[in-house]
Amino acid sequence: MKTWWKQILEKIYNFSSVNYNQMGEPIMTKIKSLADLKKIKGDLQSKIALREKSDKPEGRVIVKVAMATCGIASGSKDVMEYLVDELDKRNIDAIVSQTGCMGYCYAEPTIEVTLPGNEPVVYGYVDLKKADEIIEKYIRNQELVDGIIPVNYQTIEKDKED
Amino acid sequence: MHMLVCGGTGCRASASDMLFDNLKKELQEQGLQDEVQVVTTGCFGFCEKGPIVKMIPDNTFYVSVEPGDAKEIVAEHVVKGRRVERLLYVDPVNKKQIADSKGMGFYKKQIRIALRNCGLIDPENIYEYLAADGYEAMGKVLTEMTPEDAIQEMIDSGLRGRGGGGFPTGVKWQIASKVSADQKYVVCNADEGDPGAFMDRSILEGDPHSVLEAMVINGYCIGATNGLIYIRAEYPLAINRLKIAIKQAREYGLLGKDILGSGFDFDVEIRYGAGAFVCGEETALIHSMEGERGEPTFKPPFPAQSGYLGKPTNVNNVETFANVPVIYNKCAKWFAGIGTEKSKGTKVFALAGKINNVGLIEVPMGITLREVIFEIGGGIKDGKKFKAVQTGGPSGGCLTEKHLDTPIDFDNLLAVGSMMGSGGMIVMDEDDCMVAVAKFYLDFTVEESCGKCSPCRIGNKRLYELLEKITKGQADKEDLDNLRNLCMVIRDTSLCGLGQTSPNPVLSTMDNFMAEYIAHVEDDRCPSGVCKDLIRYEIIPENCVGCTACARNCPVNCIAGERKQLHTIDQSLCIKCGACLEKCKFNAVAII
Repeated sequence: MKTWWKQILEKIYNFSSVNYNQMGEPIMTKIKSLADLKKIKGDLQSKIALREKSDKPEGRVIVKVAMATCGIASGSKDVMEYLVDELDKRNIDAIVSQTGCMGYCYAEPTIEVTLPGNEPVVYGYVDLKKADEIIEKYIRNQELVDGIIPVNYQTIEKDKED
Repeated sequence: MHMLVCGGTGCRASASDMLFDNLKKELQEQGLQDEVQVVTTGCFGFCEKGPIVKMIPDNTFYVSVEPGDAKEIVAEHVVKGRRVERLLYVDPVNKKQIADSKGMGFYKKQIRIALRNCGLIDPENIYEYLAADGYEAMGKVLTEMTPEDAIQEMIDSGLRGRGGGGFPTGVKWQIASKVSADQKYVVCNADEGDPGAFMDRSILEGDPHSVLEAMVINGYCIGATNGLIYIRAEYPLAINRLKIAIKQAREYGLLGKDILGSGFDFDVEIRYGAGAFVCGEETALIHSMEGERGEPTFKPPFPAQSGYLGKPTNVNNVETFANVPVIYNKCAKWFAGIGTEKSKGTKVFALAGKINNVGLIEVPMGITLREVIFEIGGGIKDGKKFKAVQTGGPSGGCLTEKHLDTPIDFDNLLAVGSMMGSGGMIVMDEDDCMVAVAKFYLDFTVEESCGKCSPCRIGNKRLYELLEKITKGQADKEDLDNLRNLCMVIRDTSLCGLGQTSPNPVLSTMDNFMAEYIAHVEDDRCPSGVCKDLIRYEIIPENCVGCTACARNCPVNCIAGERKQLHTIDQSLCIKCGACLEKCKFNAVAII
């Protein structure tokens, strides 16, 4: 977990100014006011927007693995480890991160893959074989593979909804 | 270019796999198989208009596509770049065709408010929560609003307690705020006990910070500086993520002294429960946290007057808290615009049982059961017939086909003999015996009754015994009257909510499925073939080929018969485990 912390802080948010303690955890500075909070939020959001909107090939692939009890029970831990190892081995610049339940418990393990400049795509029933297929076909060649779960809900940002 | 073909169960029943093959074949004939990929997807949640084909990247959304339409889609859309107009969705209101799925938000029946961050952010990383407007509502309330204004906003939003009772949250806060005391407490009830319900666990695992944020807001409103989360020790992952979230929030000064320079102090502690169902009841929960036995006490005094350690205490459920930050971020009016007149906002349901898309959904209040089960849920497994849906767990009731079009909200569900409960929704098909279902819930209640009051302790045990008698075929008609009378007594005389509602599964199944009870009692027959004492397994001579599969798998060796000869079951030895039925490939074993 600690390595993800570092990875996410440094890679996604570019928070290189964050110092770490001996445990590898970031040493936080307290947020002192609402204005501070809004400023941090603005920083984070613009960094995320930059990451999501960049069409450049060097943009990073983001993979989120649903790691709630339902996912872990169906083997999402193995899938996550596999993705971390394999993406690294195959020299694909990707960030693998965990998230909560996406709601599709019938199709666990589920993962969400966001290619630079693309809408996120959710895949269900991801075992190691499927994960390999997703890496080779979708992440490498942008070819969609079977098992996509279409987004079937609205978010609270009404203006941003699909 | 990609073509997404829905491979959900509903669409597959209308030949979407044949459509998939035809599309591939057509593309091959046109020599386009390398340029265009056909991909199957999971359920779009729009089964009513299936099969669905979505074209990428132009997002054209075709509905009710038949296998024969493949040729036209390839020839027109792929080759010539023209949309096949007759397959587009027509808006039933203004009769306009909608081509682009971007304009099709309406088929998405779910709105995620409490689950807004679940599955999107990393729950162990506070940065991701901060980027998703995290703690902004708290900042706004603490620095820009008075407690009175904040409570008024909550009352205006119309949010009602999501733990099952449906008590208006704002009013609850107001009551607690008006009691004066040197110390008050905010308690988050994360003791989720209904069989088949896992909403609270998922929220805590996916978005723990939202609950912490709401607790701080709650504390500010009622004047409490201490928060307690009562969570069952059976949820280790949720506990772990909560601990991480609390640690991070403290490090950032979002919990602790002088939060965001407002001068307001608040901190949160976790208390573990041992997993007793009754501890979801707020007085029992408070006693359990105090180190006493987890038994409920009579209300009044309500916890708002005298709760944890005798101090005023406000108890809210996890899902209720998860809604709170959004209400302040958007505004009460926005929230009150969703849902029905008396039940505002959305409700998270855990869909379980004989349904295709088992999972977590969040729908606006007022949606019908039909939409939930047949659209979002993708219908009943294996194409079986819908029989009933159980809502509200052991305190709720069964709803049947005639309730499918009832809009779901707190009051409507009560009116039809069930309740909202915490949000478990267990779907049953024609193979489920309703007497056995009632017995299952009673078994649970008997186990979970704390034993303090006799109607619940003794009455439920007797109810269970009566049901057992019925499922064994030993009951007579008088027992059915006794069953109903006993239900009434338990309901009217029990001390707390557990006992007062425990007869609901029996009453609602008796109201809706009396014929099944009568079949058990008068004909000694279980119409669904579930109750072991009323059924027997038989081999149908016409279908038996003598493959010996049943005999080899019978755990008590009660099936006799040589290879390629008719087999027979020795009824005196049979334990009715059903292994023979499961193993037979020739439909030669039947339940009689």
